[in-house]
Amino acid sequence: MLYSPIQPMHIPDNFLSITVSLICWAITIITLGVAISRTNKSLGERQVPLMGVMAAFIFAAQMINFPVLGGTSGHLLGGVLAAIALGPWAGMLVMTAVIAVQGLLFQDGGLIVMGANILNMGLLTCAVGYGLYRSVIGSNRTVKLAVIGVAAWLSVMAGALSTALQIWLSGNAQLQVIVPAMLFFHAFIGFGEALITVAAVLFIIRTRPDLLGEGTESAQGGRGWILTGVLLTLIVVLLSPFASTNPDGLNRVATDLGFIQSAQTASGPLAGYTVPFLESVSASKIVAGVIGIIVVLAIVFITGRSMQNKRGLNTQSNNIQATRPPIENRKP
Amino acid sequence: MHSDAFDRYHHHDSALHRLDPRIKVVVAIAFILSNALLPDGAWMAFGLAWLFLILANALSDLGLGYTFRRSFIALPFALVAITVLFSVPGKPLSQFHFMMWDFTVTDAGLLRFISIVIRSWLSVQMAILLVAVTRFPDLIHAFEHLRVPAILTTIIAFLYRYLFVLTDEVMRLLRARQSRSAAAAGQRSGGGVLWRARVAGNMSGQLFLRSYERSDRIYNAMLARGYDGQLLTLNPHELHARDWAYALAAFLFILATQFVGWF
Amino acid sequence: MPITHPIHKMVFPESEGDVLKVRDLHFSYPDGHVALRGISLNLCSGDKVALVGPNGAGKSTLMLHLNGILEGRGEIELRGLRLSRNNLPVIRSMVGLVFQNPDDQLFSPTVFEDVAFGPLHMGLPEADVRARVTSALEAVRMSAFKDRLSHHLSVGEKKRIAIATVLSMNPSVLVLDEPSAGLDPRARRSLINLLRELPITMLVSTHDMRLVQELFPRTVVMDDGQIVADGLTRDILEDEELLTAHGLEKP
Repeated sequence: MLYSPIQPMHIPDNFLSITVSLICWAITIITLGVAISRTNKSLGERQVPLMGVMAAFIFAAQMINFPVLGGTSGHLLGGVLAAIALGPWAGMLVMTAVIAVQGLLFQDGGLIVMGANILNMGLLTCAVGYGLYRSVIGSNRTVKLAVIGVAAWLSVMAGALSTALQIWLSGNAQLQVIVPAMLFFHAFIGFGEALITVAAVLFIIRTRPDLLGEGTESAQGGRGWILTGVLLTLIVVLLSPFASTNPDGLNRVATDLGFIQSAQTASGPLAGYTVPFLESVSASKIVAGVIGIIVVLAIVFITGRSMQNKRGLNTQSNNIQATRPPIENRKP
Repeated sequence: MHSDAFDRYHHHDSALHRLDPRIKVVVAIAFILSNALLPDGAWMAFGLAWLFLILANALSDLGLGYTFRRSFIALPFALVAITVLFSVPGKPLSQFHFMMWDFTVTDAGLLRFISIVIRSWLSVQMAILLVAVTRFPDLIHAFEHLRVPAILTTIIAFLYRYLFVLTDEVMRLLRARQSRSAAAAGQRSGGGVLWRARVAGNMSGQLFLRSYERSDRIYNAMLARGYDGQLLTLNPHELHARDWAYALAAFLFILATQFVGWF
Repeated sequence: MPITHPIHKMVFPESEGDVLKVRDLHFSYPDGHVALRGISLNLCSGDKVALVGPNGAGKSTLMLHLNGILEGRGEIELRGLRLSRNNLPVIRSMVGLVFQNPDDQLFSPTVFEDVAFGPLHMGLPEADVRARVTSALEAVRMSAFKDRLSHHLSVGEKKRIAIATVLSMNPSVLVLDEPSAGLDPRARRSLINLLRELPITMLVSTHDMRLVQELFPRTVVMDDGQIVADGLTRDILEDEELLTAHGLEKP
């Protein structure tokens, strides 16, 4: 079947502990609350059908797949595209609707864990993606597209890392297994996401540059987003290799907070449990290394851009209705 | 492709179909939550939960095995939980070697794994049943009544309405791509990954623009019928004594399950 | 310069019974494209008028002006009420605008919700809303479809429901954009019968010249943002020079 592609990030019910599920719901609800009040304030009334149809678009676009390697296929997840096209808050609401329908109607992701799914696949992807995009919004096309690609890849990695951490905090997997496993797997998914997002954005820029240009909702995001994006990126970059290779510290924190039973005290039974590939081949290190290089480049670049951009800041117009011509004039 | 492929609703006129959607939503969530709260290895309680599910199936006229058959689609997900086997501290049961890894299955891990699979299985069946006996628009209304912000329910309503229209468009795009993915004799069809991604990206961009322009037309259609930024809906559902009775019975059953599970 | 045919222009002068009056309407899109160059048009109560012309003539743009979705220079009056920003809600309930693509018009998950959308936003009480939904669905012979999901309807059914969504607002004039586009012969026939039966003033933009011939006593020809002819359908359909000049064909 072609509907709602099965995505490993959609956590089913009962894979997270109640505590973790509820904490994720709390974070999600608070963020969505902000998103709703922001969109109510800043978006015109025409934004309601726009967000609705865009949610259907993301849902449908996830069906457009392309063969990658031996039977696997890549497709869009859409968080970054939604955030770039609609602005971060509206993008989050749109992604929330998509994930809610996938969970409710297609049992693709559970209900109690829906808060976590929204957080991982909707909120984080939009925040990372938009944050990085926002930092290069005034740059030329090539730079923009490159950063969008990196942002799309990182958004998937951020979601995967957050999923891995939630599963670990629920006591259902070991940190040094789940983090590299999720990241390794999603490095490929993220690659597909990056390619397809960049190609889609390029297509939009070529056909309707006005939709992504100045004066659109997505150009209005505050500079706080840059900080958010860079911070989240840093967390992904620093935490991933740390969690994979040096899990004791995080384990202690989680044990102290009461999330998991201490693995150390049960040293006897677990003594035989080793995951040698982490020490020898170390896919996680390769992944981490790749992330590291890309991110360092990105950060250097972003810092440079935002310094350059400071001059152009106040040229943004704030009325989307006036600057975006209605569609009827597109008719010949 | 026909839109029915997406519809999970099965039209019948059963007691469960007629039940107020709010009650159905709340009971389904309570049931799933209750499963999550049960301790590992509460076999009696799991059995009771399954009985609850069978009773609900019986009330739905869909046949006792309806959700059971459907649930197999979702079951492979449960295998993701296999890591649990080796992660929970406990008495080692068996140890085996796979490629270069050593795995130790612990008793607590096995218990947790089986419990998780059963819980997920139960929960997925309830979710399947919920959408099989409730029309999706009614579900959206139920969430509206349950204080989900209107902006979200509205987006979801639009998503549901245009899901069918846009997936049809995707199908047409995919078919157009297929029809042109030809190869000259002796040549390999298609370019590299980048090229394929580019094609898929262009299709997504195309779909994006069409959707964007459609949303403009929809907005005009809404304006033409008096929309002024405020979305109004009629309150189509009333709770009757019958609804409350079902709700009460369901909650007592779920409470009993919890009781059996813990004591 | 567009070719104009003064002989046909303004055969129908203003009168007291006019439901709709448009005077010297101009409009340019923000990108500079001039879409309307001085449109004047009157619709008498009970008139059924066809609006024909090539793509890009400005037909849809004109229709979007009639209920104030687009705002141009010029005057529009409905039943003596001049369109302005203040009375937009009233005007919108008087002009029933049905868009070409019923998938754009039917944006609610269920038929009932869609037909109720207009009356609800007019601020009517619930009982009135329900009564209007019932009578609007009766008028288009779709009473049995009230609880259906919109995406389960056929194109012909969608078109009928789309008309019901504006009939439920009791409009003074019905404005339809390409009602017969995309219909199979049977659905088209049943739509034509429906339009003939509806006792309401209507302005219908179409490329379907057989529909024009069959249904509308009066035809308005638009090209390049102007009305180039306005007269009795049989006269206009006889004028082959006019038809050819504006890319139209005799049925």
